Amino acid sequence: MENGAIISIEGLKKHFPMGSGRFTALNGIDLTFGKGEFAGIIGPSGSGKTTLLNIIGTLDNPSEGKAVILGHSVGELSAAESASLRKSQLGFIFQSYNLFQVHTVFENVEFPLLLQKIETGRRRQMVLDALEWVGLTDKINSRPAQLSGGESQRVAIARAMVKRPAVVLADEPTANLDAANSHNILQTMEKLNRELQTTFLFATHDEKVIGYVRRKIWLADGRVAKDEIIDRN
Amino acid sequence: MLALKLALRNLLGAGLRTWLNVIVLSFSFIIIIWTKGLLEGWDRQAKNDMIEWEVGQGQFWHKNYDPYDPFTLNDSHGMLPEPYGKAAEQHMLVPVLITQGTIYPQGRMQSVLIKGIPPGQQSLKLPTALLSSSDGDIPAIIGKSMSESTGLNEGDYVTVRWRDRNGTFDATEVRIAGIFETTVPSVDVGQLWLPLENLQTMMLMPGEATLLVRGNAQGSLPAHEGWIMKEQKELLSDIEDIIKAKGMIGVIIWGILLMMAMLAVFDTQVLSIFRRQKEIGTYIALGMTRRQVVGLFTTEGALHSVLAAVVGALYGIPLLTMQAIKGISIPVSSSDFGIAMAEKLYPVYSLSLIAGTVLIVMIVTTIVSYWPSRKIAKLNPTDALRGRML
Repeated sequence: MENGAIISIEGLKKHFPMGSGRFTALNGIDLTFGKGEFAGIIGPSGSGKTTLLNIIGTLDNPSEGKAVILGHSVGELSAAESASLRKSQLGFIFQSYNLFQVHTVFENVEFPLLLQKIETGRRRQMVLDALEWVGLTDKINSRPAQLSGGESQRVAIARAMVKRPAVVLADEPTANLDAANSHNILQTMEKLNRELQTTFLFATHDEKVIGYVRRKIWLADGRVAKDEIIDRN
Repeated sequence: MLALKLALRNLLGAGLRTWLNVIVLSFSFIIIIWTKGLLEGWDRQAKNDMIEWEVGQGQFWHKNYDPYDPFTLNDSHGMLPEPYGKAAEQHMLVPVLITQGTIYPQGRMQSVLIKGIPPGQQSLKLPTALLSSSDGDIPAIIGKSMSESTGLNEGDYVTVRWRDRNGTFDATEVRIAGIFETTVPSVDVGQLWLPLENLQTMMLMPGEATLLVRGNAQGSLPAHEGWIMKEQKELLSDIEDIIKAKGMIGVIIWGILLMMAMLAVFDTQVLSIFRRQKEIGTYIALGMTRRQVVGLFTTEGALHSVLAAVVGALYGIPLLTMQAIKGISIPVSSSDFGIAMAEKLYPVYSLSLIAGTVLIVMIVTTIVSYWPSRKIAKLNPTDALRGRML
């Protein structure tokens, strides 16, 4: 792993069986990400960006090559080890929010902390802090069905951030939101990124997201077509 | 503990859907317990009635008496040994003399067992007080089934013919002094009960009996030569066999009801796993292992039965208690079916029945909940997140 890199990917390939042959989603990816990056993996549908995010998130394994996340080689982790890594160090934000519909906002955000067995008092404070970051302290007893799309995604951000992960992986986080809500949640994530130094990786083709990220990695046919760092200072 | 907490949160959060499942499952609990309780109550009632109407606390039989061979009746009678005689005088033993005979109700001829019993006895439930008569008639009592099959009613006279100890035929008229209702066919169907002394006189067998029924106040009486002691347990062996056979039917009904309840649980679990694929993927993404998710879904299924037991207890305990106290009226006369069934059945709900049913339902629910949940252990989380696992 390079100096300061928390994610290191070398020669990463991912194949999926398709009929009698196979489909190559990732075809030799080499990338590194450092702490506090705010990066977008950009490309059209089928370019491999979600697959790359899934491997970084230890939800999938590489077919070839290496992906080392926070010092752990993804392909070599047991199911329990990768679950433990996700539980403590990785946060996920999904396109369709994936909130637990029968839980309240508070319970949704509390969930990752329950898995970590954090004691009740501290857990409650951490949840309230996370909801304050996203401006939803007045909705703690609401259920997801009572929230707008923007509010739901903010709950998802709070749920991803509540455990203070090293890396947050956001797969098309604005795809279901209007422009105003998209900007709102992107500003929230950017603020958290700056304040907490959490690394954010987006898989997106949304121009609004692309306008916020400080590093743009263009994928095409499973390869990195362009890797561009933007200076926004 | 985490699985329990999350499962409870999921179930309570699901609101009406959970409660509908719980209420349906609680019906199963109550119906299973009610059915078993009813059958147990029926069995217990049948056994108690046998004891109260016929068997008593045991019997002494004349050595030649064989209830399944009517040809032995001519020889199966004897004088009461002195200790038995004294006990009979003190109403501790009820002597019964049995012989074959024929009655002629409404011009028809029907074979009967004529039984003589002391009118003053109090050990058996037979209303023998009706046999105390001072107007010169020979009073007789018969059961309701006998009354219906012969057309004899209270106050009717009927001709009885029998053979005395010398083999001589004789006949007389007896008056039906009363008709009793019983669930014990063997004291009713084809039976004519007369005062013991009258029958002894008719048979030329003064002081003799075929068997002696031991009453409740019975101390220890040894078997006497020429008489065989029959313990209550032995005399109840036939009905015990019937209960055992009926018990198998009870188990089958119980199994069917349990299967129906479990089918509902299984169906709920399968649907739940199908419908909640994204949620399963999210659990895994957030750091749960597949095994933990399987455990969560299994716990959710099992908790249905715990909640069902609680809900079932809320309405089941008062309902079943009331039935156990007041009994369940059987709308049709038992004789219409030809089976011994009281007009009111009192279900018996033992602790072992309730605890056993609750425990078995919980165990089976857990297994049935685990069965479809195993699918989760094989899923690819990325497919689950996209709702594509099945």
